[in-house]
Amino acid sequence: MKALFYILILFVIATAFWQVFKILGLTKKDQVATEKENNINGWLMLGLGGFIYGLMVYSMVQGKVVLLPRLSASLEGEDIDNLFVITMGLIIVVQFITQFLIYYFTFKYRGIKGRKALFYADSHKLEMWWTVTPTVVLSVLIVYGLWTWNNVQDLSNAEDPLIIEVYAKQFQWEARYAGADKQLGLGHVNYIKGINTMGVDMTDKNSADDIPVRELHLPKGRKVIFKFRSQDVLHSAYMPHFRAQINCVPGMTTSFGFTPTVTTEEMRLNEDTKAKFDAINELRISEGNNETVEFDYLLLCNKICGSSHYNMQMKVVVEEEEDFNNWLKEQKTLAQVINN
Amino acid sequence: MSDHHHHKETFITKYIFSQDHKMIAKQYLITGMFMGVIGVFMSMLFRLQLAYPNQSFTIIEAFLGKGGEGGQMTPDMYMGLVTIHGTIMVFFVLTAGLSGTFSNLLIPLQIGARDMASGFLNMISYWLFFLSSLIMFLSIFVHTGMASAGWTIYPPLSALPQAMSGSGLGMTLWLVSMAIFIASSLMGSLNYIVTVLNLRTKGMKMTRLPLTIWAFLVTAIIGVISFPVLLSAALLLIFDRSFGTSFYLSDIFIQGEVLHYKGGSPILFEHLFWFLGHPEVYIILLPALGITSEVISTNARKPIFGYRAMIGSIMAIAFLSTIVWGHHMFVTGMNPFLGSVFTFTTLLIAIPSAVKAFNYITTLWKGNLQLNPAMLFSIGMVSTFITGGLTGLILGDSALDINVHDTMFVVAHFHLVMGISALFGMFAGVYHWFPKMYGKMMNKDMGYLHFWITAISAYGVFFPMHFIGLAGLPRRYYSNSAFPMFEDLLHINKVITVFALIGGLAQLIFLANFFFSIGKGKKAVQNPWRGNTLEWTTPVEHMHGNWPGEIPEVHRWAYDYSKTDENGELWGGQDFTPQTLPIRDGEEEF
Repeated sequence: MKALFYILILFVIATAFWQVFKILGLTKKDQVATEKENNINGWLMLGLGGFIYGLMVYSMVQGKVVLLPRLSASLEGEDIDNLFVITMGLIIVVQFITQFLIYYFTFKYRGIKGRKALFYADSHKLEMWWTVTPTVVLSVLIVYGLWTWNNVQDLSNAEDPLIIEVYAKQFQWEARYAGADKQLGLGHVNYIKGINTMGVDMTDKNSADDIPVRELHLPKGRKVIFKFRSQDVLHSAYMPHFRAQINCVPGMTTSFGFTPTVTTEEMRLNEDTKAKFDAINELRISEGNNETVEFDYLLLCNKICGSSHYNMQMKVVVEEEEDFNNWLKEQKTLAQVINN
Repeated sequence: MSDHHHHKETFITKYIFSQDHKMIAKQYLITGMFMGVIGVFMSMLFRLQLAYPNQSFTIIEAFLGKGGEGGQMTPDMYMGLVTIHGTIMVFFVLTAGLSGTFSNLLIPLQIGARDMASGFLNMISYWLFFLSSLIMFLSIFVHTGMASAGWTIYPPLSALPQAMSGSGLGMTLWLVSMAIFIASSLMGSLNYIVTVLNLRTKGMKMTRLPLTIWAFLVTAIIGVISFPVLLSAALLLIFDRSFGTSFYLSDIFIQGEVLHYKGGSPILFEHLFWFLGHPEVYIILLPALGITSEVISTNARKPIFGYRAMIGSIMAIAFLSTIVWGHHMFVTGMNPFLGSVFTFTTLLIAIPSAVKAFNYITTLWKGNLQLNPAMLFSIGMVSTFITGGLTGLILGDSALDINVHDTMFVVAHFHLVMGISALFGMFAGVYHWFPKMYGKMMNKDMGYLHFWITAISAYGVFFPMHFIGLAGLPRRYYSNSAFPMFEDLLHINKVITVFALIGGLAQLIFLANFFFSIGKGKKAVQNPWRGNTLEWTTPVEHMHGNWPGEIPEVHRWAYDYSKTDENGELWGGQDFTPQTLPIRDGEEEF
């Protein structure tokens, strides 16, 4: 019933709008723009252009602090970042020029009685310019883009990569390392039983030494190849700091690889990260929450997967190879976990 | 033909089961507006959740009932709202509401035809649309919740009621509604194509058609090519859901049991969905661009710049739009080579799009701009089209897409480039052709107020949203409180929500203006904007068959604005030359 009440209020507001305009005598007059209105709206359009410019500049300056750290945490991400900076630069330049032209022309040529518009219907020269220029620019972007894409996607020439399987389910991530034999044991939903939550086929000879974990640790400087599976619905493994993302698809295995280059400790000392987390902690204190937080790499779910989609995450730690090896040694193998 | 406009019409044949294209256009518009109100209202509710995640609002409890108990919405309700918001806005408002309204209204009037090729099919098309709207509307209220797997309804989430409660009856109704919607859309599109190709009046060569008609024609063609594929995608999903087939499902363990599905792949669904889904963007956008071309040219009192290039661009965009769907799937794990191909074709679209944008800007140059509300919305449309379109260079590039795919950056991008742009085009169309639809003028001052608030809010909502996305925030997150790294985005979310609420409420001004003007608006003259096209030669009062006597003959293109003679004087002393005027002595046809 309350809903009806709200609808009634909105209805009354709408009616009030019309009545106000009617009382002001504005509904009876000629409803085509006059010279005066062209003038007012021309100025306002210039103002709107200014507003958009202001918003863009303000967002770019103020918004910088919330962004991901500009330092890519993976080797492959650096190529992506270069391409991103070039593309973004181009976008900003084109955006500023075209928006200026739109709003300036609207203002400058606002209608005046007696002014004759220019009959200017065609110019092959101009049209050729703005067909050829985008074509050339885009060709460069396409070539550079494809080169980057192929580099990032190519997993064939990695030397002694670390193999990790990441397993997605509503609403958590699990993972296992390939272990001493560097081979993952077979996995299939049919084998899910009790604590064998990833459905690993324990009769497969590669399975016993696999190492199940609930937190990812990655060694700095070594290529990591991830294999992704999903247990139920589509998920997407998104590791924004590494510029990495791929979907987890039930019924198939997808893969992705990168070489971490910045340890968690190093990233915590990064200027961008520090600024961002200082701001977050300040915000927390201002809201009466005195528990401060510090930076961690994360694996997020980035494909709608159900009610707790917004909270499906796993911590990722990047450390020096030695620390990583020590950590891995402490973890139990699948055989130990399941047989105990 | 001539005696058929004297038919005595009953209330039912005139207002309900009408076969007159003008009435059907109005029916589409009003149904689309009703759905639009729901879609926009939903977005206002979930914006409240995003900006104030832990506060309760009586309005949320009042409207969402069980899903908003205590004034806070549940995650399931949030998912449902974003799903139905997307579905309604994309299909019901910006496809049927936009194309259905303006193709129906303008195709016969601008090409010089008495009606659509098949009035009966046209009527059926509307009533199927009505039925599908009704089912979609009712699906919001089912006990287990509305469809909530996102408007892209990717299986297995949408296929398994165990995966989320919205995938029960709500999803079934969604699929039924969409299947009917597609049937409606196909009937409409076939009718538009046949009408444009066959029923043009004497002298109306294809190269004299207004750009609106070109846009509607090409839109209808890509609709006919791509919508059936969505129908098959939906049917196979219905099979998987109800009859135990495995088109999209394989190896699933959920709620403690292994399901029987084997050998299917959700990737197949994605291919089928986006084979429609991407052309759909242009099904939405092209009519809005067509309307913009017409409105800008008329109000700039200048010919549209590069008429032939505009047609070429429309066709190039339409062609390319059917071979780029894979750019929605760069991170699905498909073969990287395929990704390369889709990057190539996708970025090519920027070329015809750039041509169109520059042609609009050149049309403004040295014009005598009549800044009517329709003109403001059209200029705003060009602006948002560019702002939103440019970020497509990032999303269309597979390497860059990896890190922004499915983040709020995407949401910002497509809302500007197709949501706001198409909506602005639609508003421009309503303000411009309202006199043709109802014989009355809309109030311009309310129109101005509507534009100013809407334009500022649109930028206020969607520009900052890019930054949230670049910070790594995924879309369709009910709350970003689960991640410390997103906590600082809350204040940006608040700004966005404030703009969204203001922008949403401002639409009341439009609604009031629209409905009161129908009854109480100032009476329109025959050609209020001094336009060239044929619809302004019809009488203000509607009649069956459009023209009282013979259908006028066409002698020139639609854009002879401010044409001068050899002495540099305006022809006939006026800055427009209707298409029906024969070429004068010494005049060269453009």
